[in-house]
Amino acid sequence: MESRVLILLLTKALVIASVSGCARFRAAEEPPVADQAPVIEPELERREIEIAEIDTEDFELGLYAGLMSIEDFGVGTVLGARIAYHITERFFIETALGRTEGEETSFERLSGAAQLLTEDERTLSYYNLSLGYNLFPGEVYLSPERAFNSAIYLIGGVGSTEFAGDDRFTLNFGLGIRIIPRDWFAIHADIRDHIFDIDLLGQEKTVHNLEAHIGMTFFF
Amino acid sequence: MPRAAVILALILHLSAGPLAAQDAARELVVEDPYIELHTGPAQVYPVFYVVERGERVEVLSRRTDWFRIRAPRGQEGWVSATQLQQTLQLTGEPVEVPGFTLADHADRRWEVGALYGDFGGANVVSLYGAFSFTENLSGELWYSDVLGRFSNSQLLSLNVVHLFFPEWRVSPYFTLGTGVIHTQPKGTIVATVDRTDNAAHVGVGVRTYLTRRFVFRAEYKTYVVFTSRDDNEEPTEWKAGFSFFF
Repeated sequence: MESRVLILLLTKALVIASVSGCARFRAAEEPPVADQAPVIEPELERREIEIAEIDTEDFELGLYAGLMSIEDFGVGTVLGARIAYHITERFFIETALGRTEGEETSFERLSGAAQLLTEDERTLSYYNLSLGYNLFPGEVYLSPERAFNSAIYLIGGVGSTEFAGDDRFTLNFGLGIRIIPRDWFAIHADIRDHIFDIDLLGQEKTVHNLEAHIGMTFFF
Repeated sequence: MPRAAVILALILHLSAGPLAAQDAARELVVEDPYIELHTGPAQVYPVFYVVERGERVEVLSRRTDWFRIRAPRGQEGWVSATQLQQTLQLTGEPVEVPGFTLADHADRRWEVGALYGDFGGANVVSLYGAFSFTENLSGELWYSDVLGRFSNSQLLSLNVVHLFFPEWRVSPYFTLGTGVIHTQPKGTIVATVDRTDNAAHVGVGVRTYLTRRFVFRAEYKTYVVFTSRDDNEEPTEWKAGFSFFF
């Protein structure tokens, strides 16, 4: 084993010596030319830094999971995906897709047989386009030596919710916290209200559907 | 075995060169009396370190208008684009930070955006993608989700947009287009069926260059929906939103 390591090191030393040695030897061989013009050849090595080529990490892509309450239809597990673009240090835009499943209403449970919705119609899915504002950028301290950057943000926007067989225009707004343990990775916790009008139970009414979720995102 | 060792030694020997050159290419020299390293990529984060004039810093990554840099003694922090512009390249030339300016806006090729508004009394959420043929003329593909009280529609359309003053921060535009609209009455309305019709529209709007890649736009369009019934429908639409170009 030792002999192999020795061979390896010797070979590397040999290669280095030969490559640099040869170069020096060749340089020495070249005859000096006195009347060469210009005297100083400005061979500037272009080492310009291309700021445009620096890795920009303005996009954030991730998944989340949590609970979502559908007014009159209980609480379901919500799963979703989000993508965000950070415009400035304060503002970002975000689009999200989510899906959850409604339970039976109290009426359906008590009456025994009557069903207001089919299984398919009980699935709620939404998309939204929102504008976010980093209200309190800050730091989260885990120990005296360890702090992660974070931000508490406000977010709100428009979108559509498919529930009970129809698409419904939906407003959403909420509050969230983003904790950034690494420059490329963040953990989110969000509370969001999804507001839409529904006339399923005879009279049109505005419903508030609260969602709480945690998720993780990656910057790229 | 000896051959493998030779190859390995060669690789080791050769790889050291280009990597070192790459690191050097990301180094800048501080030209201001000092630059400040913040703990995070925003003005509110505290300054925890300063790098003095003449020292070299290495640029690692960028988020919005903040750059993460490494100081000579290994400290990593965030420097604003304005401060980074006060540094020099190793060649002695000043650094230029591309900020996506008004000039970049005039030269844009692709653009995507989302708008929200009112379509004949219903809410409309629209997404579009655009390609600029010239500074003035662009083609756009739109998808709109119209969410009404009694019916929902999806509208797919192709537009031609003429921007009057591309070099101005705020410029009006004219638009003309055609598309198809698919309408489904809501579940609670009885005795109606889904229908798909052709539509054409004409409109005017205004776009304002905001910052970096961002544009605010607002527009008004009037549509003609060629229905199979006796009368055509003529909904009007106004909406506003944001787009970004690249």
